[in-house]
Amino acid sequence: MTARPIIEVERVTKTYGQGAAAFEALKGIDVEIEEGDFVAVMGPSGSGKSTVMNILGCLDTPTSGVFRFMGIEVQTLTADQRSLLRRKYLGFVFQGFNLLARTTALENVELPLLYRGEKKALRREAALQALDMVGLVPWADHTPAELSGGQQQRVAIARALVSKPAVLLADEPTGNLDTERSIEIMHLLWDLNRTGITILMVTHEAEMAEFANTIVNFRDGLVSGVEHGMRRAARIPA
Amino acid sequence: MFGATLLLALREIRRHMLRSMLTTLGIIIGIAGVVTMVTLGKGVTASVEDQINSFGTNAFFIFPAQVDNQPPQPLNQDDVAVIREQIAGVTMAAGQVERPITAFHNGQNWSARVEGVGNDYLLARNIEIEDGRQFTDAEEQSGANVCIIGPTIQEEIFVPSISPVGEEMRVNSVSCRVIGLFKSRSVGGGNQDQDNMILMPIRNIQRRFIGNDDINFIIVSYDPAYDSAAMQTSLVDLMRERRLVPEGEDPDFELVDTAQANEAVATTIGLMTAMVAAIAGIALVVGGIGIMNIMLVSVTERTREIGIRLAIGAMAREVRLQFLTEAVVLCCFGGVIGILLALGLSYSLAGLMGVPWVFDPVSNVVAFLFCALLGIAFGYYPARRASKLDPIDALRHE
Repeated sequence: MTARPIIEVERVTKTYGQGAAAFEALKGIDVEIEEGDFVAVMGPSGSGKSTVMNILGCLDTPTSGVFRFMGIEVQTLTADQRSLLRRKYLGFVFQGFNLLARTTALENVELPLLYRGEKKALRREAALQALDMVGLVPWADHTPAELSGGQQQRVAIARALVSKPAVLLADEPTGNLDTERSIEIMHLLWDLNRTGITILMVTHEAEMAEFANTIVNFRDGLVSGVEHGMRRAARIPA
Repeated sequence: MFGATLLLALREIRRHMLRSMLTTLGIIIGIAGVVTMVTLGKGVTASVEDQINSFGTNAFFIFPAQVDNQPPQPLNQDDVAVIREQIAGVTMAAGQVERPITAFHNGQNWSARVEGVGNDYLLARNIEIEDGRQFTDAEEQSGANVCIIGPTIQEEIFVPSISPVGEEMRVNSVSCRVIGLFKSRSVGGGNQDQDNMILMPIRNIQRRFIGNDDINFIIVSYDPAYDSAAMQTSLVDLMRERRLVPEGEDPDFELVDTAQANEAVATTIGLMTAMVAAIAGIALVVGGIGIMNIMLVSVTERTREIGIRLAIGAMAREVRLQFLTEAVVLCCFGGVIGILLALGLSYSLAGLMGVPWVFDPVSNVVAFLFCALLGIAFGYYPARRASKLDPIDALRHE
C-alpha cells in the first residue's frame, strides 16, 4: 500500500482577516503523510500548527494551494461535502475532550453513527465495541461529569473510533491530563495506530511526540523540519 | 435520518427537563385555554339548542307585545282556533297560561309553577308521559280538576318510587287528582327547572286561578314540508288582521321562530368562542416567542456542542433540522399537555356550569397541529442560526 499518500498538501497558505489586519498563519507549506503513519505536529504557539490541523481535519479550507485527502481536492468541496468527508473518514480527539454534557458515555460514542444513519442495534454494538477498545465498558452509562479527565478522553477516543475512520486527528489530546494519564492515552493511540489507523496529533510536549513515527515541526507558518522513524518511547514496553 | 434527529431532540429535551417544562408553559396555557373554550362553547351550544328544541322544533311562538306603552292586548282561545283552521300547514296550535303556585301533598308543600295547557300543547312541546295518561277531551272541555305533574314535584312532595297517579293533591286552594307524570325535560342545569311544573287543563286555570280567558302565548307547530318564511308571513298577516293593526304600524304581538332562535344562539356562541379563542391565540403566540427565546439561548449555550456535531460530520441542514425538531417537539409536548389539561378543565367546568361536555376530536387535532406549526414558525430562526455556525469558531467557544 504505497500507492499515494493519504494526505498531500501543496503550497498551502491560510490568511485570516483582510487588508492591514490580515494575518498569514500559513505561508505556503508542503506536507505528505503516508497511510498508517503516526504524525506529531509540533511547534510553539502561533506557529500555525492548529491552523494546519483545522485544514487537515477538513474543518477549514486553505486560502490558496492544494489539499488532497485520499486523492480528493478538499479545497473545492462545499461545507456539507466536507462534513460528509469528516463523517466517513475522520475522527477527532480534542484537548478539552468535548463530550456532550449530561449524556452517557455510550450515547456520546454512538453520536457519529447517528449521523451515519445506522440502526439502533448496530449503533449500540459498535459503541460498546469502541468503549471496549478504550476499556470503559463498565462506565458506559456514566455521564462525563461522573468520569475522570483520563476517562473522558478515552470516551472521546472511542467516539472518534466508532465510525472506523481512516485518520484520527488529535489536537493536544494530553493537554489537560497529568503525566501518568497522558502516557496511558499515548499508549492507547499507539495501539490504535498499530491496527492501521493514520494518526495526526498536535502537541507541544516532546515526551508525547516520542510516540509518533514522524514529527513535523512548525515555525512561523512554515514547516521547519520533518523527522522520520522516531518511536523512541514505543520501543520501551509500557 | 429523521428518526435519528427526533431521538437527538428528545435526548436534548430530557437533558433540560425543567427548562423544557418552563419553556412550554406558554404553549400549555395557550392550548389549554383555546381547547377549553372551544369545548365549553360546543357544550353551551348543544345545551341551548336542546333547550330551544324542548320548546318544539318547527314551531312558532306568538306573544302579545307592548306598543307605545299601551298594555298589551292579550291573546285568546279564538286566536288559537282561527290559526288552526285558516293557515295551511299548521299541524297544531295551542295556548298556554301559567301561574306560580304552592303545591301541597301529604302534609308537605312546594313552590312550583302551574301551566294551563291542552294535549296539543304537550305534543307541540314534546312533553312525553312517563306514567299515567294525558287529559281526556272531556277533561279539557270542562276544565276538570286533574293534573299531570313533573318529576321535581314527585320527588319533592310524593313518596319516591311509588307512582303518584291516582293520588289527590292541592294546588294553592284547588284540589286535583294526579293523572300522569311527565318525563324529565331538564336540559342542563340552569335558571328554570322545566320539571318543576304542574300541567292542568287550560280552562281550569283560566277559571280558577286567573279569572279571565286570556292566553299567555300560543305555540304553533307546522308541517316541516312547508316553508318557514311563508308560514311566518301568513301568521303575521292573520294576526295583524285579527288584532286590527293598521298597515305600516308595528304589530302588537311578537312572533318567535325556534329555528331562527337556534341559529341566533349558535351565532352568538360561535362569536364568543371565536373571541375567547383569539385571546388564547395571543397567549399561544406569546408562548411561541418564549420558545424562540429559549431556543436562541440554547443555540448560544450549546455553541460548543454544535461545533462537536459539525466536527463529527453533521451537515448544516442536519443541525438545523435538529434544532427545528427540538422546537417542534417542545411545542407539541406543550400542546399535548395543554390538551390533556383542557380536557380535565373543560370537563369539570362543564359540570359546574351544567352544560354537557362535548368532546370534539377535530378541534383537538387542529390544536395539536397548530402547535407543530408554531414550533416550525418560531424554531426556524434559532435553528438557522445554529446551522450557520463555523465549526472551528464553535469548537473554540467557551
